[in-house]
Amino acid sequence: MTKAARLPRVKRRLALDDGITDIPPTMAPATPYYLDTLHEISQGFAGHQDISMALSEQLRRLEAESIFILRETVAEFHNPVMLYSIGKDSSVMLHLALKAFYPAKPPFPLLHIDTTWKFREMIAFRDQTAARVGMDLLIHVNGQGIARGVSPVASGSSVHTQVMKTEGLRQALDQGKFDAAFGGARRDEEKSRAKERIFSHRNAAHGWDPKNQRPELWRVFDTRIQPGESMRVFPLSDWTEMDVWDYIAAEKIPVVPLYFAKSRPVVRRDGALIMVDDDRLPLQPGETPEQRKVRFRTLGCYPLTGAIESDAATLEDIIVEMRASKNSERQGRLIDFDESGSMEKKKREGYF
Amino acid sequence: MRLPTLRFLTCGSVDDGKSTLIGRLLCESSLILDDQLASLERDSRKFGTTGADIDFALLVDGLEAEREQGITIDVAYRYFSTPNRAFIVADCPGHEQYTRNMATGASNCDLAILLVDARKGLLVQTHRHANIVSLLGVRHVVLAVNKMDLVDYDQRVFARIVAEFQAASATLKFKTVTPIPLSARRGDNVSSPSANMAWHKGADLLSFLETADVEDAKAERAFRFPVQWVNRPDLDFRGMAGTLASGRIARGDEIVVAASGKKTRVARIVTMDGDLDHAEAPESVTLVFADEIDASRGDLLCDPLNRPEVADQFAAHLIWMSEEQLYPGRSYLLKCGGNVAPASVTEIKHRLDVETQAHNDAKTLHLNEIGLCNLALSRPIAFDAYADNRVTGAFILIDRATNGVAAAGVIDFALRRASNVHRQPLTLDKAKRSILKHQKPVILWFTGLSGAGKSTIANVVEARLLQRRAHTILLDGDNVRQGLNKDLGFTEVDRVENIRRIGEVAKLMLEAGLVALCPLISPFAAERRMVRGLVESGEFIEIFVDTPLEICIARDPKGLYKKALAGQIKNFTGVDKAYERPEAPDITIGADCPDPERAADRIIAYLDARGYFAVD
Repeated sequence: MTKAARLPRVKRRLALDDGITDIPPTMAPATPYYLDTLHEISQGFAGHQDISMALSEQLRRLEAESIFILRETVAEFHNPVMLYSIGKDSSVMLHLALKAFYPAKPPFPLLHIDTTWKFREMIAFRDQTAARVGMDLLIHVNGQGIARGVSPVASGSSVHTQVMKTEGLRQALDQGKFDAAFGGARRDEEKSRAKERIFSHRNAAHGWDPKNQRPELWRVFDTRIQPGESMRVFPLSDWTEMDVWDYIAAEKIPVVPLYFAKSRPVVRRDGALIMVDDDRLPLQPGETPEQRKVRFRTLGCYPLTGAIESDAATLEDIIVEMRASKNSERQGRLIDFDESGSMEKKKREGYF
Repeated sequence: MRLPTLRFLTCGSVDDGKSTLIGRLLCESSLILDDQLASLERDSRKFGTTGADIDFALLVDGLEAEREQGITIDVAYRYFSTPNRAFIVADCPGHEQYTRNMATGASNCDLAILLVDARKGLLVQTHRHANIVSLLGVRHVVLAVNKMDLVDYDQRVFARIVAEFQAASATLKFKTVTPIPLSARRGDNVSSPSANMAWHKGADLLSFLETADVEDAKAERAFRFPVQWVNRPDLDFRGMAGTLASGRIARGDEIVVAASGKKTRVARIVTMDGDLDHAEAPESVTLVFADEIDASRGDLLCDPLNRPEVADQFAAHLIWMSEEQLYPGRSYLLKCGGNVAPASVTEIKHRLDVETQAHNDAKTLHLNEIGLCNLALSRPIAFDAYADNRVTGAFILIDRATNGVAAAGVIDFALRRASNVHRQPLTLDKAKRSILKHQKPVILWFTGLSGAGKSTIANVVEARLLQRRAHTILLDGDNVRQGLNKDLGFTEVDRVENIRRIGEVAKLMLEAGLVALCPLISPFAAERRMVRGLVESGEFIEIFVDTPLEICIARDPKGLYKKALAGQIKNFTGVDKAYERPEAPDITIGADCPDPERAADRIIAYLDARGYFAVD
């Protein structure tokens, strides 16, 4: 089997105008690769037990502010889109969008930039979620990157991220002619995010100019842009990781099962536990996958995402574990470690 | 009961230790996680300014430029909580250059920590920030006298600074001022009482923040609901989506649309979790009316017995945020809630001296200056005084050319003067005069450098029109300056006013049915656009006399370039003042029109082709 032939098949929901979401047929295996996980997901989202509660005042205020931001964007822009990255923050953002526009459906599509290296359970969850909420889901793969053989295994994290995520995102936004894109980033995640406006201006090349951000007073947003420019909008700016989990629990929001501890095949590599999610991960000499009880605090491309050893199998467990945690969630993200300030650099180039 | 999340900012002059204080607070409430601490240690060795110690400022100065320069450029938001309370901190820059970022951070806060370096005392930036914080409605201030370790924890130093601040802030609108002596670097009085300052009887900073009561009882105020978006998924549902700015609403309550005065009742309060019986600020809901009355984005729904102002003029304090100064008379876009309307500053009442609180006369506002101004809008909008409502009394001005935020404004009061000056309906209108004169009235606006040939060409065009028995008037810039505009000079502010007045006069001439020829340098695109906006489409023709600067200098018909180049005339367009070339003029007179006759041919042909003189 050639390397290309082992790439997973990407389902196509709604092609962007020139159809680059298509993967060359030679790269598509005959069967979708995720059928085995669907069953688990449909089992009522195992983590949800009866720990839901009335929203605290803190969460009610955050919810109201996020809904305001979502509505403001729809009122002021011609063609918004919501970046849907499948993780817990995207789940919360999507849930807030459903609330903001109820009883209407959110008047914009979801967009997933698929690097083709996401966990299989993420892809299964994505498709199930799109079907559940009844919104259009656009899936974009940087076909040029695939053609060049870019992957986290062959190219390393920074090239893979630059080509498959950042460039892929720019292609999709350009082709869709989107003038506003929602992202689920929070300011508590990382230092340069802590500096970013809720309505964050991007030039025609999608670049961010951190030294010259527009003043943003109260909730009066300057949404005016020139043709070709765009706005990134962050409805969850003021949420913390703890708020996100508390809200997921209170609102019974479905999340990918990978957040819950379970016995999974992993290898230890550079101090991180990497899950062997499919046979594309080359094992180094002496490496043999072993079963460990692990979960993920953050989700991305599986070869770049470290698991943590944990027994937290329910939302309640996760919240307890988080309160005691001595590490931040981005610890599991290998792509942020390249150098200090690497997030800002990526954002200036158009990363979310 | 746990108090609601406290949103506060840290401000004060550069190097007073704001970022260090935040870093210390986060660290002492053990909010710095192991991996963050590891990266902080790495960064401290690389960028740190504290020798072998950890540089806490690097926790919040997240931009590369900030770490390289060791300063804070933009506001950083940090989140932490103790068992007693959750906090959102806006760590604001101290440099005057970045004041607008400080104002960004302050606008959503309920409490300010104003830092002062014990060695330096109150600085201009301390006063500026105190003023902005007060102006933006932050009613509670902690005066944090920092670096007490460097003045030997001397109580007298602290007492002197506190007394000075109390005197200086007497006219500011603070409800509480809480002075705390501390050392952010050493941790004195940050999260526990300092043994080095046993003389301080008050609480340490963190204990104070955990218990500070800043509730402004939004829900107790009059009902205000800015309509944000009309939700219309099908013909059976029409809901007003929005966030309560203040007050409460219950199903069945009567409400009024402020601008139109139309009343209805609330039939439903819709959310995805089911209909509500009532809602209160700051919830986001969707209201369904009992009757089909008209309302859309920008409308303000309110209590019929407690209504907001509806006016097209008001007085407001502006914090100027653009590198380009304020031009009274220039058209900016005013955004207030969901309303966006062209607006201009009609008068600057005074500029505030932030140190002395003196009210100074001013013709303009520069970056970071604060002034009380009168504004006029193109249409009435509904609003409240900012003192009564921080949502419906706040606005921004947007620069129409750059789309940037030119100013932030807080409304003081509506201006009533205009309400007694009504427009007199005219029985004879432009259309009737047009038929009488067999011509469509029009403004021919000639723009270009001094010496470009604007007046010469305009004179030739007027002579030709006279031969055709057209009715014209020529408003020459130099001539108007000898009468109507003799009080104006050549600063940018005066030039804007000069154009505004001539534009208004040209509009009156248009009403009289005339062809108004206006040869004026008019260097700014914004003012040319403003005049175009005064009249209807097709009534303003922009003629760009595009003569290169070298030729104008060679011609120098009035000897002005010679003086300007010798430095004897200041603010001369093309020499030490920029000329903004028109992007899309209606007619361009360039090198292909070597003499005024050919230029006139082109202009007359343009008018004929569009039927300006074929009116019967």
